[in-house]
This record gives sequence, C-alpha cells and structure tokens, in this order.
Amino acid sequence: MAVITDSTGEKLWQLRTRTESLKKWLVWFSVLVVAAVAWRYVSANTQWIFVVDSPRQAADLFGRMVPPRISYIGRLWGPLWDTINIATLGTLVALVIAVPLAFLAARNTTPHPLFRTVALFIIAFSRSVNSLIWALMLVMIIGPGLLAGIIAIGIRAIGFISKLLYEAIEEVNREALEAITATGARRSQVIFFGVVPQILPALAGIAVFRWDVNIRESTVVGLVGAGGIGLYLNHAINRMAWPDAAAILIVIFLMVLSSEWVSSKARHAII
Amino acid sequence: MNAAEHSQLRWNTRHLIPNRNVRIALKIAMITYLYFGIVSVDVNWIRVYQGAGRAMQFVVAFLSPDFVSQYELIIDGILESLAMTVVATLAGVAVGLPIAFGAARNISPKPIYFVCRAFVVVSRTFTEIIIAIVFVVIVGFGPFAGVLTLTIAGAGFIAKLLGEDIESINPEQLEAIRATGASWWATLVYAVWPQVKPRFLGLSLYRMDINFRNSSVLGIVGAGGIGGTLDIAFARYEYSVGAAILLLIVALVLTAEYISGKIRQRVQ
Amino acid sequence: MLSVKGLTKRYPNTEISAIEDITLDFPDGQVIAIIGPSGAGKSTLIRCINRLVEPTSGEIWLNETNVCNLKSESLRKLRCRIGMIFQEYALVDRLTVMENVLSGKLGSVSLWKSVRRKFPQPVVKSAFEILDRVGLLDQVDKRADELSGGQRQRVGIARALLQQPELLLVDEPTASLDPKTARQIMRLIVGLSKEYNLTAIINIHDVVLAREFTQRIIGLRDGSVVYDASPAGLGTETLGAIYGEEDWSHSTYESDNNDSDSAAASIDEKLGALK
Repeated sequence: MAVITDSTGEKLWQLRTRTESLKKWLVWFSVLVVAAVAWRYVSANTQWIFVVDSPRQAADLFGRMVPPRISYIGRLWGPLWDTINIATLGTLVALVIAVPLAFLAARNTTPHPLFRTVALFIIAFSRSVNSLIWALMLVMIIGPGLLAGIIAIGIRAIGFISKLLYEAIEEVNREALEAITATGARRSQVIFFGVVPQILPALAGIAVFRWDVNIRESTVVGLVGAGGIGLYLNHAINRMAWPDAAAILIVIFLMVLSSEWVSSKARHAII
Repeated sequence: MNAAEHSQLRWNTRHLIPNRNVRIALKIAMITYLYFGIVSVDVNWIRVYQGAGRAMQFVVAFLSPDFVSQYELIIDGILESLAMTVVATLAGVAVGLPIAFGAARNISPKPIYFVCRAFVVVSRTFTEIIIAIVFVVIVGFGPFAGVLTLTIAGAGFIAKLLGEDIESINPEQLEAIRATGASWWATLVYAVWPQVKPRFLGLSLYRMDINFRNSSVLGIVGAGGIGGTLDIAFARYEYSVGAAILLLIVALVLTAEYISGKIRQRVQ
Repeated sequence: MLSVKGLTKRYPNTEISAIEDITLDFPDGQVIAIIGPSGAGKSTLIRCINRLVEPTSGEIWLNETNVCNLKSESLRKLRCRIGMIFQEYALVDRLTVMENVLSGKLGSVSLWKSVRRKFPQPVVKSAFEILDRVGLLDQVDKRADELSGGQRQRVGIARALLQQPELLLVDEPTASLDPKTARQIMRLIVGLSKEYNLTAIINIHDVVLAREFTQRIIGLRDGSVVYDASPAGLGTETLGAIYGEEDWSHSTYESDNNDSDSAAASIDEKLGALK
C-alpha cells in the first residue's frame, strides 16, 4: 500500500508503491522472456506442416474410431483383470517396503540420521522416475509380462507412499509419545503403541489413494511390454485398428472412473 | 463395584469391524483374491533368472554413468523437456484457471459447472501417455504433441484442485462483497481471488514439477523431451548413457522441487 | 524419599540455565506444589526426575537409586516406578480408554503381547478397578478423542496409577480445564496420592488451587528456588518474589476449604453478570 501526497496536498492511495509495481512488472517480464525462449525451442523442433494438417487428421482419427468395436470389449476381460492385479499387487509390494522406509525416514522414529539420509535418497529416486521408465528397464531385466509391471508400479509407489507417510509420522502428537516413554515402555513399544495408532488412518488413506493412481498408470505399462490392457492398446494402434483402440479407451475410462469411485468411498469410510 | 466384581470383567480390543463373521468373510475374500491374483501373474522364471546378469549390468551402469559420449543428445533432450515444461505449465494454467472458476459450485451457474466438471473428469481419467499417443497421431511426432498433452493434463489438474479450493473459501467474505452490490466480476476480483491466489501460485509451481517429471516419459511415445533419448539409449543397450540420463532427471526433479518449495513458502 | 542435589539443566545453544543448582528433599507421601511463572523451569525440573530431559549436572536419588547414572534398561525400570500426568492429557487419541490406561504397564509386557493387546488378566483387573475409582468404568471402549477434557485427564491419571508408582509427577494438570473441572481433578489427584501414600510433585499455575490442596509449596523463579514452605507463608511479598510485582491482594486471602467449589461458583456468577 502506498499513500502519496500530491502537489495540492491531497492524499492519494495506490495498492503498490512505484518500486513495488516495478518489481512486479519485472517478474512478469522475465516470465514472458523465459516463455518466449522456451516456445522458440519447442517450435524449432516441431514439423509445422503436420500441425497445420492436424484438424483434418483429428477428424480422420475421430471418423475411424467411431463407432468403436463394442464386440471387442468381450475379449478385454483378461487384460482388465491383469491391469487391476498390476495396480493392486504393485500397491501391496510398495506398502511392504514403503512403511518401514517411512519409519527410517521420519526424524522422530529413525534409528540413526544416516538411515534417514539413505531412506530419503531412496524415496527421492523412486519418486522422480516415472513408472513407465521403471517398466522399460524391468522389461529389459526380467522380460516382458505382468511381473515387470507389478514391480515397476510398486517401485514408483514406494516413494510416494513413504514420503506422505513419513510426513504424517513427523506430525504425530509428541506429548502422547512422551507420556508412553515416561511409563517405562521400550522404544519399539512407543512406536507400536503411540505412533502406529496415530498414523494408521493416514496410511490407509494414502494406500487407497495410491491404488487409484496405480490403476491409471497400470493402463499404460503394457506399452513397453509390462502387461495389462496397455499391451492391447499398443497392438491396436500398431495395427491401426482404431475401432478396437476406441473400445479399449472406453474400457479404460470406465475402469478408472470406478476405481476413483471406490477409492473415494473407501477414504470417506476411513476418515 | 467391589474387587470380586472387577475380576469378573473381561476386556478385548475394539475391532474396526465389530461383526466377527464379517471380519472372517473379509479375510477369506482377501486371501482368495491374493491367491488368484498371484497365480495369474504367470512368471517365466527362467527368463527372470537369465535377467539377473542384465540386472548387474544396470547396477554397474548406475555406478558408472556415462554423461560424455552422447553429451549433445542428452543436453538437447533435457533442454527440450525444460522448454516443454515451461510452455505447457503456462498454457495449462491459463486454460485451467477459468475452468477452475467454472468448476466451483458456489460461484458458477449449473450448466457451466457441469461442462467444466466433465472436462476435469475426462482430462484426469487418462494418463498423460494415452493423451500423448492421440496427439502424436494428430499433430505428428515432436515436442508440440507433448506440450498439448501436458497443457490438457495441467489444465485438468488446476481446474480440479483450484476449483475445490474455491468451493471451500470463506462464504462470509463472499457474502459481504455481494452485499455491497458488487457485480459478479467484482466479487470474483475482491472476494474470491484474494482468498485463492496463494493456492493458485502454489498449485502452478507444483504442476510445473509434475510437468517436468512427466515430460521425461512422453518421449517414449514420440511426444518430445528427454524420454525419447532415454528410450533410444536403452534400445541400443547403452545402459550407462541411460543411467546418466536417469540420474540427471532425478537431480533436476529434486532441484525443481527444492526451488518451487522455497518459492511456495514465500508466496503462501 | 526423593532427593535432588545441585540439579542444573542448560539446554544446548542457550546462555542461561533452565534450572540452576536446585537442592530439594521430597519425603514419602508428601504432596508438593511447584509454582512459578512460565519459563521458570517447572517442567524442566520434573522432567529431569524421570530423565525425559537429561540433567546437565547434579544428582537425583529415588530411595536407593541414583537416577542420573542409569543406562537404558535400568532407566526404563525406573520410569516404571514413576507415574506422570500431563497438561494436554497426552493420550493416544485413536486408542480406546482401556488401551490408553493399559499403556501404563507397557514396561512389564513384551512388545509382541502389547501389539496384540494381550495384557495379563491381573493388570486388566487393576485397570478396571482404577477406572472405577476415577469414574470411567462405563467409558472403557470409547475412543480417547470422544471424551471431554476432564474425562481425558482422568484417563491420564488412571494410566499413571496403573503403573503402581512410588512417585507421581504432575505437569500442569488443570491448565487446559475449566475452573470447576480443574478443582475436581486436583481433588482427585491429591486424594489418590493420599490413598496410595504417593509422593506427588505438582507443577501448577493456579496459586489458589495450590494453596488449597497441598501441604508444601515451592516457588521457582528463573530456575532457582525462591520459596519453600507451607502455603500459609505465601503472602503478597513472597508472591511478588516469585512472579514479579503485581497486585497480589486477591490471591492471598484464605479460601474457604469447606465450600471448595465457591471459586468456580463465583466465576460463574461473574460470567452471568456479564450476560
């Protein structure tokens, strides 16, 4: 806020002083410059001929996709079941590793700062790399199939679950822990009797939420050979079988919608 | 109550699900699912065993990443990812903001609300990869398809989360400004925007992190960015180049998170 | 008998000591109030006694045990002998009343049994007795966060008593309660201490409650003892020495012990007058 007195002695009011507005404009200007440079870079690597042609391509694609081959859906039950398994088993695998990891990473439960550093590094690494990239590597290591998908989804979820969980652990009511310590309980008992009950609802919420995200991600790990419905999508696109691809997209859409519904119901039940 | 009566009392923990039969049924259902789920995985153990050697190659690659031999390709890919991130974040935020207002039940008229919610649902149901595949078909290979993908996904993200924030703003402030006879636009500027502005900036920065992370995979389906370089490196069995790229991605993601975290602390 | 000799605590990165060279004796069965302004070192003092806070120097003797020399396992055994009651009750919100009370006996139960909530029946029985005594027998299976403040503090008291302690450390038991509940809780703590012949050391802000319920008052200021005598000696001058200059004339009148709820009643009247 700025109040300026003008030549006639009247007080004028403005939201910002001159330097404040100047700073604000400077920030906007630099954002604009960065955006322009970035845009030039994107534009230089783009074949604009294809983009100009895109409305026709879009109409063409739409024309081929409609009507979707509904009869194809009948053959998708198997991959659908596989996709759900990738997400669910992946979540379970992640939980088994993520929960202990979170206790190592939380400042108030870690046995030693060194463990905390290592745990934080694992969490950061797992989170930064997309599950599709994990799948790409795992397919090369253990071969194509569901197992690669499950492990890929699991590895990516470890970081996610651990991060949210260790933050929850660090936020528990410390006085209650102090009270249990004061009764002469062991450190392990303080954790199981004091920390665990406090974070259990958070853990359940995080797990269900991640399961929902995993359903979404497990629909595409098949693109690199890690099983599930993505495998069929990949085949359909390679064959240019657009009515089949459309049918698959419909199935994915319905599955994700229902998983979201299930997870939001489950989370409400927990809270 | 006397001592004799106290010793009559028994105590058991309170269960989350009080009915014992329901508990048992749930346990059986879970075990059955796990059994059939695991059985259907159908692992080729010989192939897994053969892969052990390759796993070692990966470990070695991560311990000795090769940043040098494909230096130009890596830099090019990273710069492309960064450029896509910047453009897509700004575009996504610009598209998402009006939709967020439309998707907030407390300030938007019913028909607009439903249209905006539909956009949110559709854009968030498919992962970026699937959207990218469609855009690659429509506009061709390259970063522009990636930018379009991240823009749509980012707009859905902002619209959903900011819309929810707008729905939970303080209704008294909204009422107070309305009571002064302000127009719809004026209430937006004076009552709604000041309450959600810090969240908006925070979400935008958060989305920037997500965009960068995702721009690193879009290349696998040909939508530009470092993911393409990574895919090629792995396809050529250049694991140490792939490892170098992954380590770079991790380092950049963490740096971006650190910086945006600092900025978010300042604006909120 | 608890003795404290030359006890000093200095927190890291601070210039002055939280408590400085405190020497006190607490005979068995005595109920003692520690009063003093915020930051005088009341909390630090009682937390040093069960080593929730590590003393910098000095000695603490609980009967024949030198508290300051204990290593992890024997420190746990010592803590089993000392009950503690907290200002914000310090219950685990998502556990039931019974589970919170039973946590007082964790020191004598294995980890595996405590995780499965299999406590020995004698422990469960005495938990029932104590819950009956504090008036919560019908709330056993309620979750701690479903209770009112006064009820929660009763659970905290029951947890401490289940330890069958020799000594009770009480940290601001009434600071989060309304005046009437505060008096009830204070009376309960003091009454139970008498009943079980416990030494109780009570940190308390409320001078009126302290003088009414305890036999001995210790005044702390800036980490040192500035008053240590019966409540009768506590006058305007001594309160000034503890808390600093202020008009103390209203806190020093002898309150009427027969009508112990009068203070609460008079506050209710004043509030009524405001409406």
